[in-house]
Amino acid sequence: MKKMLALLLVASIGFTSCGEDNDDNIKTSAKTSFEFTHNWDETTVSNADFENTEYTNANGEVLTITRLRYLISDITFTKANGGEIVIDGYNLVDVTNNNGLTYNIDTNIPTGAYTNVSFTFGFDNEDNAGNYVDLNSESFNVPDMLGGGYHYMQFDGKFSTDQNFNYHAIRAVDNPGMNPTFPQDTFFTVNLGAVNITNDATLEVKTNLAEWFKNPNTWDLNTLNQMLMPNSSAQIMMYDNGKNGVFSLGSITQ
Amino acid sequence: MKKLIVHITCLTFLVLASCSDEESQLAQGYEPTPLPLDIPSHFEENIIAPVIPNSNPQTVEGVALGKKLFFDKLLSGDETQACATCHAPQNAFSDNTPFSEGIDGNLGTRNSMPLFNLAWNYNERFAWDGKELSLERQAQEPVQNPIEMHSNWDDVINKLSSHSEYPELYRKAFNTSAITKELTTRAIAQFERTLISANSKFDKHLLGQATLTPEEQNGLDVFMDEERGDCFHCHGNPNNPLWTDNIFHNNGLDATFTDLGLGGVSGDPSDNGKFKSPSIRNLAFTAPYMHDGRFNTLEDVINHYSEGLQNSPTIDPLMKKVDEGGVQLTDQDKADLKAFLLTLSDSSFLTNPDFTN
Repeated sequence: MKKMLALLLVASIGFTSCGEDNDDNIKTSAKTSFEFTHNWDETTVSNADFENTEYTNANGEVLTITRLRYLISDITFTKANGGEIVIDGYNLVDVTNNNGLTYNIDTNIPTGAYTNVSFTFGFDNEDNAGNYVDLNSESFNVPDMLGGGYHYMQFDGKFSTDQNFNYHAIRAVDNPGMNPTFPQDTFFTVNLGAVNITNDATLEVKTNLAEWFKNPNTWDLNTLNQMLMPNSSAQIMMYDNGKNGVFSLGSITQ
Repeated sequence: MKKLIVHITCLTFLVLASCSDEESQLAQGYEPTPLPLDIPSHFEENIIAPVIPNSNPQTVEGVALGKKLFFDKLLSGDETQACATCHAPQNAFSDNTPFSEGIDGNLGTRNSMPLFNLAWNYNERFAWDGKELSLERQAQEPVQNPIEMHSNWDDVINKLSSHSEYPELYRKAFNTSAITKELTTRAIAQFERTLISANSKFDKHLLGQATLTPEEQNGLDVFMDEERGDCFHCHGNPNNPLWTDNIFHNNGLDATFTDLGLGGVSGDPSDNGKFKSPSIRNLAFTAPYMHDGRFNTLEDVINHYSEGLQNSPTIDPLMKKVDEGGVQLTDQDKADLKAFLLTLSDSSFLTNPDFTN
């Protein structure tokens, strides 16, 4: 009799479990979130590594990271027919303080196959002209003489033991002052590739920090270390390196 | 006879219960009057709302009590010092000496921090080394610190409880007659959160009510120019009216540290020599400068960033041209930078009757 009861219990659990699966299968929209993880050529980087773990960049300089935060915006889901769902929002990934490493999207996404999921690194020029109280409170602004708006990234650290670097990405600018000019846009779209959303999903965005120093421009920290914000050539080099392999799609959990 | 005894007993019990209620609560349904912070428009438009703990809402009565306590020497052991002794309104609630003298003549080791716009310290880490995790907790410390007010809270509570005015003020502020250390520091914190400074020339400039001189404008440009002052990465910008990032940096004062700063609190050697960025508001009133008050003038401060940086393992990477000693400003840029910095001083803050005794 006891055995019989146990069997019934197991069967009951089995049915309950099947029922849950059925609910999932008929899901028509899903919550999505983006989890930003960081690595240096596949070695995991977290804020626990800051100011102590040494990394060697493509140019051979040994560096440590002190501070890292960057902005992503306008996550976009693209369907095969070209239709797009654009999430009009932004997220400050503050690795130093472990804030914003997970970006939960408020809007549910229809389940189904997407040919691409993408986001903007930084702000496009329209978004960059806005006023954002949370980013102001973080003092993430760019000086008006450099066109105003916001940093795309602040990546600070030390190299060769006691030299400082500030790899700060902004909108490339020339002629700082009352009437700055902009040689080219330096925000860029990160394409994560095709994703099939079947359920509430967490998409990992892998950020390989070594790539900022690698491709196509081998970054020489000895010559490009500080005061890079008014240096439009440096900004364009950051742009070129940033869109070539820094970000990639990692695991999808759903 | 039995009935009479029962009646008397009940009556006595009711009277006693009533007295007891009256002692602990002013009146059923009584609520102190809410007093929202008077948030300047350019704060409201540009930065996140201030932090007011749910456990300590601002009230008219709480702020009034906090103000009285802040200026009351009763809080010190020999009743010779108040909070305001080392946080004087005429110094933007700071002290004009590098270190402050406690009631026994002992000196501290850090410069008294000015007090304003504290409700916008979002991370709620207070003091130069961030050791105080809320305004309420911070206010507990100086009262019992042997080199400061050198009292103890039991004595303070006894004095407040037997005072002719305070019990009534606590009843009004917190609807209770039970005076405690926690309620006392809550009241002080409420008063401190009202200390808002936002009426400097630069504030008026932002509001279209004042014009900067060419020297002040160049000084702002020096401040915001990454190739000259590069002050903005730590001290903010016109879109952040706090003029501080409220976080901790080693700004190159020393090659070796006698005071570990944040490192002494966190125990992490990589935090050694880091101190909170102070706001650059009200510099006209807050000399001397730095955590140890080592610089008497703004010229000294500017010269430090221009030529005086000392390298060390924890110096902030935002410090520029460390191997040259600093950013190498010209004399003109130094003078103009000082002129700009002084536009952030708000003399009306010193004389606001809501903030003075």
